[in-house]
Amino acid sequence: MTLDADTILSVRDLRTWFKGRHSIAKAVDGVTFDLKRGKTLAVVGESGSGKSVTSLSIMGLLARPGAIESGQILFRDRQERVHDLARFSQKQFRALRGREIAMIFQEPMTSLNPLYTVGDQIGEMIALHEPISPSEARKRALEMLRHVEIPDAAGRLDDYPHQMSGGMRQRVMIAMALACSPSLLIADEPTTALDVTIQAQILDLLRRLQDQFGMSILFITHNLGVVAEIAHDVVVMYAGRVVEQAPVMELFARQTHPYTRGLLACTPDAERDLGSEGERQALYSIPGSVPPITDLPPGCAFEPRCGYAVPACRNALPPLVKAGENSISRCIRSHEI
Amino acid sequence: MLRSALNRLIGMAIVMFLVVTIVFVIVRVTPGDPAAVMLGPDATAEDIASLRERLGLNAPIPVQFLTYFGGILRGDFGQSIFLNIPVTHALWLRAEPTFFLTVFALAIAAAVALPVGVLSAYWRGSAFDQAATMLAMFAASIPSFWLGLIFMQIFAVQLGWFDTSGYGGPGASFAERMHHLVLPAVTLGLISSALITRFTRAAMLDVLNDDYVRTARSKGMSEWRVVVRHAFKNALIPILTVIGLTAALLISGAIVTETVFGLPGVGSLIVSAVLRRDYPVIQGALLVVAGLYVLVNFVIDMLYLLVDPRVRY
Ligand SMILES: Nc1ncnc2c1ncn2[C@@H]1O[C@H](COP(=O)(O)OP(=O)(O)OP(=O)(O)O)[C@@H](O)[C@H]1O
Ligand SMILES: [Mg+2]
Repeated sequence: MTLDADTILSVRDLRTWFKGRHSIAKAVDGVTFDLKRGKTLAVVGESGSGKSVTSLSIMGLLARPGAIESGQILFRDRQERVHDLARFSQKQFRALRGREIAMIFQEPMTSLNPLYTVGDQIGEMIALHEPISPSEARKRALEMLRHVEIPDAAGRLDDYPHQMSGGMRQRVMIAMALACSPSLLIADEPTTALDVTIQAQILDLLRRLQDQFGMSILFITHNLGVVAEIAHDVVVMYAGRVVEQAPVMELFARQTHPYTRGLLACTPDAERDLGSEGERQALYSIPGSVPPITDLPPGCAFEPRCGYAVPACRNALPPLVKAGENSISRCIRSHEI
Repeated sequence: MLRSALNRLIGMAIVMFLVVTIVFVIVRVTPGDPAAVMLGPDATAEDIASLRERLGLNAPIPVQFLTYFGGILRGDFGQSIFLNIPVTHALWLRAEPTFFLTVFALAIAAAVALPVGVLSAYWRGSAFDQAATMLAMFAASIPSFWLGLIFMQIFAVQLGWFDTSGYGGPGASFAERMHHLVLPAVTLGLISSALITRFTRAAMLDVLNDDYVRTARSKGMSEWRVVVRHAFKNALIPILTVIGLTAALLISGAIVTETVFGLPGVGSLIVSAVLRRDYPVIQGALLVVAGLYVLVNFVIDMLYLLVDPRVRY
């Protein structure tokens, strides 16, 4: 298990399958990426591409019948020890969750327990991992509320989640996640459920907290606009597989997989999409649809929808290969795109 | 919090007023002369006339109602025709076995049903879950008198651990009296646990998939803490409702069980009052049972307020 000194998380050819009685849903089937210390890696892909299953695999929170079939999830903890989380027991995960790796979720409205005050819930996180008195935990919770810039933090400490707006609750979730200064924060579409102005505020807050706390962020989203705002590196997923990884500037400048190209063309862009008369043009959308993950073709899963497809694409799954200066791609014609 | 408690108290008073009215009306609309019905076919005209006089049945209906209602407000439920003592006194003499029987039965039902329901949901589909589901269906479908007789046969007749029936002699100590309640309470409790088990399982299955349970797990706490502190407390909200319902059902379940085990409780008082057409006792018992129903509901509502902050505001 070797890991570059500046890499905190390295997922290698991860396969997480849901085995049913008659079929196997290969929700994650060949995911590979590296996350650098203190950086933000965005994972993008359409709904159902396996982004959440990837993050739950890392946290050890898969629900049955989901299980890791093969692959490695190498994680470097604060003592610089490297663990393979793909082989972790639930007991080992318990010591890690919250303390080394924390997570925030898509639904701020339902992710907090409605029966406890936000102060209790943040304090609980600290008390779980540090020997601390209740009054101390409360003080630390208040501090965290201030860190996430909740106005009148002292007055909100004893609020119940239902007394807060979605944006405030997501701030509380962030406060809770960062309460034990984890080295990795997994954010699964943390802004998708919020309206655009709140979304921008939360992204801004995450960026500032990253400077302050120094954590690495695995940021899951299906919105390339958000990627441009927050990420250093990008991983693109399609039907449970990574099809491209690249630094964010490189990716926006030149895509090395036809799917990424299609995704970018689907993203609204204020200047590009306005026609000469200032009217919005019809947004491009990729023809066809994602193949069912229970029945993937043996070759490239994007081939049926791909404008670059050649017969060779159908024979075998293309490997991830170096395609640009710092990018890798799962396309046999990546150099021609 | 105080405001909603007050609102509910007012609601309770209204319900009780309606109950008193209905009980009053039911007796008046029973076909035939209540006095004649009470005294049976062999009564003479003079007997009936004197009973009508004693019951105040000759006064106009509104006056009768006011008299009756005023009596209840003063705690006067009338006089038992057969026992020749005030109804309240008759009820009070029989209250102890019924009270402890229902309390013990409810405690047993909850103590069995809550853990079994929670574990069934947590290990859904497992052998434990399937066994618990089958047992709960079995318990829900057997009549309580039958289970009571079986227990009596095994634990009282064959093993000799308990007396087959009764509540001890006239001078029996408190411990002896409670010893007589063990079999009836277990019988009633086990049968009532079926419904609570099913509800607990369903409520837990619901909340175990909730987002905040996943959040709790992501914080790195033990499964025990996730299940009890985060999931179960949320499931408790629907479970409380069904415990309240069970408590209400227990009151009628106690009547049958008391009869089977020969306990001198309110249940057997009601049964004998019905057989003897002792209307004042039946009316009084109806009011007490209805009052207990309302009280149980009130307690459940107050527990809601305690558990769920969303109801509080
Ligand atoms: N418990 C499960 N059993 C079977 N299949 C599952 C289960 N959970 C997830 N999947 C499948 O795994 C695939 C990937 O799901 P996942 O939630 O990771 O998608 P996602 O990329 O996060 O999408 P979204 O953008 O909608 O959140 C989906 O096709 C889904 O049907
Ligand atoms: Mg998802």
